[in-house]
Amino acid sequence: MFLGALPFLVVAVAYLVTSGERLAANPNDKLLPSAVHMWSAFLDLATVPDRRSGDLILWVDTYASLIRLFIGVGAATFIALTLGIAIGFIPRVRALLLPFVTVVCVIPPLALLPILFIALGLGETAKITLIATGVAPVMVRDIANRVIDLPPELVAKAQTLGGNSWTMVLRFVLPQVMPRLLTCVRLALGPAWLFLIAAEAIASTEGLGYRIFLVRRYLSMDVILPYVAWITLLAVMTDWLLVRLSHAVSPWAHPVEGK
Amino acid sequence: MSRIVVHGLEKSYGDARVLERVNVVAEAGEFLSLVGASGCGKSTFLRILLGQEQASGGVVVVGDSPIVPQPTPERGIVFQRYSVFPHLTALQNVILVEDFRSGGPFGRVFGVKRKRAREEAEAMLERVGLSHARDLYPASLSGGMQQRLAIAQTLLGRPRVLLLDEPFGALDPGIRVEMHELLTEIWTEHGMTVVMVTHDIGEAFKLGTRVLVFDKVRHDPQFPSAYGATITYDLKLDRKTRASSQDVAKVASMVGTARLDTAVATTASQGRP
Repeated sequence: MFLGALPFLVVAVAYLVTSGERLAANPNDKLLPSAVHMWSAFLDLATVPDRRSGDLILWVDTYASLIRLFIGVGAATFIALTLGIAIGFIPRVRALLLPFVTVVCVIPPLALLPILFIALGLGETAKITLIATGVAPVMVRDIANRVIDLPPELVAKAQTLGGNSWTMVLRFVLPQVMPRLLTCVRLALGPAWLFLIAAEAIASTEGLGYRIFLVRRYLSMDVILPYVAWITLLAVMTDWLLVRLSHAVSPWAHPVEGK
Repeated sequence: MSRIVVHGLEKSYGDARVLERVNVVAEAGEFLSLVGASGCGKSTFLRILLGQEQASGGVVVVGDSPIVPQPTPERGIVFQRYSVFPHLTALQNVILVEDFRSGGPFGRVFGVKRKRAREEAEAMLERVGLSHARDLYPASLSGGMQQRLAIAQTLLGRPRVLLLDEPFGALDPGIRVEMHELLTEIWTEHGMTVVMVTHDIGEAFKLGTRVLVFDKVRHDPQFPSAYGATITYDLKLDRKTRASSQDVAKVASMVGTARLDTAVATTASQGRP
């Protein structure tokens, strides 16, 4: 616990020291603002309505970004589950789709961004589609592989107990891939944030990524740094929630130590 | 409860022939022990009986009609490993049988049916001595308990033919003896036809009413995989009188086992009633 906290402390102290030195030399330094300064800027964004629009900017940004992120990742998860299980479990679907998915996987999603903006306009659809297309192929492949790796003995066993393709998917394949799916989502959230911020930086009117790139013009490190920390906090919380969810849904995959 | 007829069975993987000219007729209620050197195709034979693999030629009849080329509820199976579902507790594993059989599109029975399935499952767990472990996941069960659970699960499916693929191969000797007793009891009770693949000659003689040895009769030194194995020895046993140690020694030498002593010892030490 203490060892794990050490690197955080080192980084924080290093920042405070260098920031203090720079501010001592030049009180108007914008690159490394003091902690108090950042906190007040952050508080301003969180509690003081914007003069022009009357919105609480932080919450509007957070809401907009999280909605995009969750719809995008949610769609990708749904695609991964249906397509992944179909590819993994039904040999004919595998023969049809696996080569295609494998190729789609290696297309850099950001290269698709202009296409999406042209085809879908600059609205929400393009951003959500970018996130979904960015993370879905890898998830589909991962789930398909997990299903292919299920022991053939268990499939045979389920068949001897009278399971057909559908009930086997429902009672055997689905619960078996659930923990893997949640791990997949956790891993996919990293790239998903990347695509979200990239899309927001290019075309958006609100969102966490939009705000960072907007205030960059004014060298407002006092806004950028707290925003980055805020994004990190959101990401860590989502990850933690997914771990809890995995424990709740698939207790068998997380054996309790020393039981 | 079903007779098994195998006629002219062949199995090849590409050029490599694994089984050839396998003919055997097993009457309903017989207990067949399949022995043979490693890689001689006895497990392949069992998987063909199960329907997991397709024969390259020949006929397999279980009951009155040729088997369909996929596993069905009339043939139950217990493998050496991977025989129970790790995402379900012991009790859920056993209830799953009824869920699959009459659960409809949800693969789950509800209401009164579920209550009955649950009672039946609990009785079955009691029968194999697992009532105390009913809420545990297979990962926290020992190897012997997992196999007992697998047997309970398979039995609830009420198969007419029970296939066993080295079911006790991974267990400790003490546990193995317990499992032998359990299996014998269950077989006497239900009277289904059993086909068991094993590496343990002693086990084969102890449990089976008939021992079948798989081996190659033809050899091509230039191309070892040109010919497959077939049944080279078919020994009917009487459960009452038991096998003589000469028979055991003979089979052991055919299989080429190094564990002849243990095989004879296991068979001899079975305490005749």
